[in-house]
Amino acid sequence: MHISNLLKVAIYALKRNKLRALLTMLGIIIGVASVIAMLAIGQGSKKSIQDQISTMGTNLVFVMAGSQQRGGIQMGNSGAVNITVKDMDAIRADCPSISDLSPEVRANGQAVYSNKNWPTSLFGSNTEYLNIKKIEVGSGRCFTEKEVKSAAKVCLIGATVIEHLFGKDANPIGLTVRYKKIPFKIIGVLKPKGTNTFGQDQDDLLLAPYTTVQKRVMAITYFQSIQSSAINETKTKDAAAEMEQALRKSHKIKEGAENDFTIRSQDELVSTFSSISNVLTILLGAIASISLLVGGIGIMNIMYVSVTERTREIGLRMAVGGRGKDILMQFLIESILLSVLGGVIGILLGIGVSKLIGILMGWPTVVLPASVVLSFFVCTVIGVFFGWYPARKAASLNPIDALRFE
Amino acid sequence: MVGLENKAMNKTIIEVRNLKKDFHVGEVTVRALKGVDLSISEGEFVAIMGASGSGKSTMLNILGCLEKPNAGDYILDGVDMAKLSKDQLAALRNQKLGFVFQSYNLLPRTSALENVELPLFYNNKVKAKERRERAQEALAAVGLSDRMDHMPNQLSGGQQQRVAIARSLVNDPVVILADEATGNLDTRTSFEIMALFQELNSKGKTIVFVTHEADIARFTSRNIVFRDGHILRSENVTDRFSAIEMLKNLPVTDDIETS
Repeated sequence: MHISNLLKVAIYALKRNKLRALLTMLGIIIGVASVIAMLAIGQGSKKSIQDQISTMGTNLVFVMAGSQQRGGIQMGNSGAVNITVKDMDAIRADCPSISDLSPEVRANGQAVYSNKNWPTSLFGSNTEYLNIKKIEVGSGRCFTEKEVKSAAKVCLIGATVIEHLFGKDANPIGLTVRYKKIPFKIIGVLKPKGTNTFGQDQDDLLLAPYTTVQKRVMAITYFQSIQSSAINETKTKDAAAEMEQALRKSHKIKEGAENDFTIRSQDELVSTFSSISNVLTILLGAIASISLLVGGIGIMNIMYVSVTERTREIGLRMAVGGRGKDILMQFLIESILLSVLGGVIGILLGIGVSKLIGILMGWPTVVLPASVVLSFFVCTVIGVFFGWYPARKAASLNPIDALRFE
Repeated sequence: MVGLENKAMNKTIIEVRNLKKDFHVGEVTVRALKGVDLSISEGEFVAIMGASGSGKSTMLNILGCLEKPNAGDYILDGVDMAKLSKDQLAALRNQKLGFVFQSYNLLPRTSALENVELPLFYNNKVKAKERRERAQEALAAVGLSDRMDHMPNQLSGGQQQRVAIARSLVNDPVVILADEATGNLDTRTSFEIMALFQELNSKGKTIVFVTHEADIARFTSRNIVFRDGHILRSENVTDRFSAIEMLKNLPVTDDIETS
């Protein structure tokens, strides 16, 4: 029998039992729709985490003082004081994969303006820091190289600090804020960035030249960390490796000895947090897959019923010239049609449900084309797999017995 | 009388020699056919008769290429069926045989026309347009041109059997095999169906008609009686009935009372 005729016969058989066909498909529809929706939720959470991490900086690679682990014992790194200007220069000289580079020092204390005060962090850096951290100056200006050299008492101010010291929407440029008794002239306002993945307010800070913070506020000569940007995303691994080499050399660490510093990159952060949502995605997908499997078993069940019910039809078809494989194909195509049609409806429903969840619950959802293609493929496989046994049963009937079947 | 002078022996359509068929039911072997010889020529209208268990159904299954004999030869229109595979037998049935069953075996919720088209679906040489035309012709030949789009449940028993006959004609078979084709019908409708068979036969169709009713067998041209797996006798019908004449003599208000 031609495939077009087989299709015609199969469609005809399904049309004869519209309600039953629809109910049978329902299992597949619900299964596919839930797989698509669950994967969309998982993907959405992954993407939102990646987006938030990427707001932390541009292809960020950073060095923290102290090793996080020494001989299996977790060490704090607050006491480590071993990263200095010398290391900065070494990295600048030996790391071609790095574009921007800045030290970071951080003081904690109260910012004071007239009778108001607010607990905030004072960050010290050089002028490249803004690029690395994706911070933009909203109004005013950033400090200059010259001001860094001269340890000028100038600072940039974040929106949260402005709100608490000067009131919302105030323009504090030109005013002076005191931090640990040192007066800082406000020369610029930072554009608000909002809260990051970890719930930190990224606008609650003052930013000043690192020299000023080191010498005038903290009276130290070391940095807490060095922040840098790799030339591009693919170079972050190279950059981290180059930095490690440069620092080992500058710290004169012997072959085989542990690092006394820690290098982390944004990539690592992304992959750490992505792996959490990957687990979530797999879990959700697996649960939804079970309903798809149940849908497939539903098809098999109905196909068996259908074969028994149509035994005489099968006998007749054989008597008028239907071969075993014609009968097999007829029932197989019926079950494939059921599952694929159910799959297509399920995909549409799944996309719709994902969008609805996005709107109603405010969850980010992302429907991956791959999950649509995969669902479609799985449906076809289900149709063949669960249709095969009933179809083979039909094809192996003896026409004489089938014709006389009551 | 219709088609009585069929004695001018034409081509042999069915040639059966020393046919044997056994069935194994548990440990018991039932010998359904014990060496049957039979020859049917083109244009014959043969009734195969016999009590239940006589082997006539087995004979029909083998003649219909639905079953292979254990021994002996069966040559259908020059083709030795013993040499054919299952699929080749299916193709042979599709091209050379037409079946009419006692219980019509029409597909439910499928129009008369589509029921008649069915055998042609399994013939790849026939395109959709030709399939439709041939089905329409076959339905016209059984007098159901005005019922083509009716579903089986909208047709009377006699009309359903006519659809089934149209289906057996649509592939232009060399022989039509009918299995108790009037078994489910009342007398009048039975006669109408036999009239149709006689008409088809007079146009040259070879028909093999299995029945256990002696008066139905009187409409055919030759009666072959089976008993215990043998042919008991094979005799030409001398005073053959004409179904059309018989219908005229039936009282019109047989079932329906007009008051």
